[in-house]
Amino acid sequence: MHCRPQPCHVQNLDALDRRLIDSYQRGLPVCPRPFARIAERLGAAEDEVIARLERLQARGVLSRVGPVFDHARAGASLLAAVAVPEAERDAFAELINAAPGVNHNYAREHDYNLWFVMTAPDASALDARLDTLEARLGVPILRLPMLESFHIDLAFPIPWAELERT
Amino acid sequence: MSVSICRSSQGSVRDALSPDERGLDERDRAIVLATQAGLPLVPDPWGAVGRELGLTGEEVLARMRAMEARGVIRRIAAVPNHYRLGYVANGMTVWDVDDAEVERLGREVAAIEGVSHCYRRPRHLPHWPYNLFAMLHGRSREEVESQAEALRARLGEACRDHRILYSSRILKKTGLRLARRAPQA
Repeated sequence: MHCRPQPCHVQNLDALDRRLIDSYQRGLPVCPRPFARIAERLGAAEDEVIARLERLQARGVLSRVGPVFDHARAGASLLAAVAVPEAERDAFAELINAAPGVNHNYAREHDYNLWFVMTAPDASALDARLDTLEARLGVPILRLPMLESFHIDLAFPIPWAELERT
Repeated sequence: MSVSICRSSQGSVRDALSPDERGLDERDRAIVLATQAGLPLVPDPWGAVGRELGLTGEEVLARMRAMEARGVIRRIAAVPNHYRLGYVANGMTVWDVDDAEVERLGREVAAIEGVSHCYRRPRHLPHWPYNLFAMLHGRSREEVESQAEALRARLGEACRDHRILYSSRILKKTGLRLARRAPQA
């Protein structure tokens, strides 16, 4: 269990850092030497691009450089929630986090105060995991599978100038 | 801030398919497991992944491309952590929208500034009447609330009720998404 990191000061990101983030959150070149290709486009050296990406990752500005999987296509998953006494919330959260297949767990301000994503290789394994966890928790799990996605992509232009003022 | 639009209409079909029917074989699954937390930052990342798995770099690259073409991989990218960039308020907004209107309105809501994800999900009455979810991101709760106002206005009379569920704490967050294969029964 961990607390949130502090926001980073975007003033510390220079023009090349920002161009890297802006240009490649939508996709890296999928070719034999991707960082050399990026370097060529940005007018930098390959080792400089790699060093920058490492640093942005180490500072948590990038959560990772790699594939974004559509886990609905790579297995089964659903959004789940439970309503537990606020005083016991962290103990319930530990049980949920320890269950196989749980990949996000957020405390939210509502009667349903723990929200998590359960994943499994296929739909029947997903049901089995939820049933097992439900028995362990002793409270009903609200099961909210995605029925339709209107929008699935968390890539948006970062308003650097605005962020600098905040 | 504007938001890109990428829609999927295949939810019901693909949910009925098993992973194998989606065309992920054992090597694909091994590649997914080896890369879902991030690629090694070296000049030849495909070769580095391949060495770990006993595959050639060419095969890793070809399989990544094929998974991207099939939509298993949405994109291969530098993934920003928006929280670290100052988007410290995230509100999961949930809406009770007239079933006859939810599909049309869901598409409209998805295009509103600040919305990152927008899904239709089932109601569970009487405890859970909300059938439309829109995740909002802002630099403050005030910003998220004004985004929610814009959604409320767009939904109009088709919306009976809504809530904003702010996250008070991240208790677990991982990019690890593909479960290891369960033993075959």
